[in-house]
Amino acid sequence: MSPSPRSARGPATPGAVSPGPPQGKATKVLLSAAEVQRAVTRLAREIARAHRTGGELVLVGIQTGGVHLARQLAAQLGRLWPGHVTVGQLDIAMHRDDLDRRLAPPVHPTTVPVDIADKVVVLVDDVLSTGRTVRAALDALHDLGRPRAVHLAVLVERPHRALPIRPDFVGKRVRTAPGDRVEVQLNGEDGLGAVLLIRGGAS
Amino acid sequence: MPWHRKDLLDLQSLSAEEILTVLDTAREFKAVGQRPIKKVPPLLGKTVVNLFVEPSTRTRISFELAAKRLSADVINFTAEASSLRKGETLKDTARNLEALRVDFIILRHSAAGAAHFLARVLAAHVINAGDGAHEHPTQGLLDLFTIREKLGRIAGLKVTILGDILYSRVARSNIWGLQKLGAQVTLCGPPTLVPRAFESLGCRVVHDLEEGIREADVINLLRIQHERQRRNAFPGLGEYTSLFGLTRQRLTELRPGALIMHPGPINRGVEVDSDVADGEWSVILEQVTNGLAVRMAVLYLLNGARAVAAAPA
Repeated sequence: MSPSPRSARGPATPGAVSPGPPQGKATKVLLSAAEVQRAVTRLAREIARAHRTGGELVLVGIQTGGVHLARQLAAQLGRLWPGHVTVGQLDIAMHRDDLDRRLAPPVHPTTVPVDIADKVVVLVDDVLSTGRTVRAALDALHDLGRPRAVHLAVLVERPHRALPIRPDFVGKRVRTAPGDRVEVQLNGEDGLGAVLLIRGGAS
Repeated sequence: MPWHRKDLLDLQSLSAEEILTVLDTAREFKAVGQRPIKKVPPLLGKTVVNLFVEPSTRTRISFELAAKRLSADVINFTAEASSLRKGETLKDTARNLEALRVDFIILRHSAAGAAHFLARVLAAHVINAGDGAHEHPTQGLLDLFTIREKLGRIAGLKVTILGDILYSRVARSNIWGLQKLGAQVTLCGPPTLVPRAFESLGCRVVHDLEEGIREADVINLLRIQHERQRRNAFPGLGEYTSLFGLTRQRLTELRPGALIMHPGPINRGVEVDSDVADGEWSVILEQVTNGLAVRMAVLYLLNGARAVAAAPA
C-alpha cells in the first residue's frame, strides 16, 4: 500500500466526535486532552514570537484535522499577539498524488477569507507523517495566490517523511511505526481531545 | 459516501445517497470556478473524448470545459466529421478510441441505451450525455443542484415539469432524481405529449396549465422540440403557446419565491416569453454555471472508481 497521509491519521469529520479506536488493537494515549491544550498554547506562543513584528498572519487549517487546530490557534493568537489574524480552511483532495490508486476522496470546502498574496501563511495540520498532505496543500495554496512565506505548524510530528518537508512549529514529536495510526480525538465543534496511538491501525 | 461506479448512465439506478454525493462534491467544484485560477489537477494526464453522434452545443461545451478545468485533455468527435458516416458501428468507433488509451467517453446518441451498451464493452469510463428519449443524467443532476442551492432542500417540494414530456430525456432524469430525493413531481402539457401512462412512475399528470403551476415551488420548462415533434402532437406552435406558453400574466398564480428553470436552448415566444425567461424567477443561466460544476464533480468521482476496479482482487 502506498503511504497515504489521510488514512494514516484516521477519519475526522468536522463537528463530530471521533469514533473510538478499533477493538483488539493496542492503543496508547500520546497526549491527554489537557496536554493537547498546553501544546496548543505553546504553539500559539511560538508562532507569536516568530512573527514578533506584527503585521498580518493567515492561519490555514488543512481539511479536516487541521481546521479545528487552526481555529484554536487563531483564538489564542488573538489574545497574545498585536497583529491581525485571519483563519481559513484548505481542502487538498483535488491535489492528492494518489488519485489513481483510490476511490475519489470527499471534497471539503476551501475558504480563505482574504487574499493571501504577499502575506505570511501558517499552514496548520494535526499530524505530520509522510509530508504528502503538506505537499498537496502547498499546491492547493498556490492556486489561491502567492504568499510572501509559508510556515508549517503541526500538533504531532511523526517520522516517516517521504518528501523534503519539515515543520516550523511542533506540538509534540512522537516515535511511531509506519503501520501505526495517530488519531486526534474531537470534543464537540472545535474542541481537541486526546491524541491516541493505535498500533497497526493504519492497515 | 464513497463513489464506486465506473460509469454514469442514468439516474434511475442511482441511490439518493449517490445523488447527494454528486451534489455535495459539485458545490466545492463550483467554488473552484469562482476563483481567479479556475483549474485544478485531479485529471492531469487523462484523456476525455466527447463522442457526440447527435448534435449538441451547450452540453458538449460544458463537458469540454469541465474536463479542461480538471486538467484533462479533450478530444471532440462529432458524427458529421467521422467514420460513423462511413458506416462504422458505434462499438468499433469506441474500441478504436479505447485503443488510443482514452480514459473517459462522453456519449450523446439518438438511441436509448447506447451509453449502457458502451459501458459494458469498454474499460473506459462512460458518461451518458443524452441517449434518445431515455435519460440525460447530468442535466437531471444540475437541475437538482440548482433547486437545492436556491431553495435549500428538495424533499417535500412540488416540482412541475412543463411541456414535451413524452420525447424528453431531461424529463425522465428529472423525474427519477426528484422522486429519489423526496420531491412531488407534476407533469403538465397537452395529452399527446404528457400521456397518463406517466402516472405509473408516481407523477401527477395535469393537462391544464393553471392547475399545473398553481402550487409549484419549481417549474421546469422543457423545450418544444419542433425538429423532433411528430406533426400530430398538437395542431401548431401557436396553439401550444396559447394553451401552455408561460407568460408573465400567467405567473400571477405562482407562489412567491418559485423558480423557473429551462434546460435550453429556449424557444422565446413558444414555451416561454422573454420577460419570464429573463425575469426575477428565472434561474436559467445559473443552471448553465451549475452544469459545469456538476460535470466536474462527475468526472472527478468516476475517476477514482476505475483505479479500484482495475486493481487485482
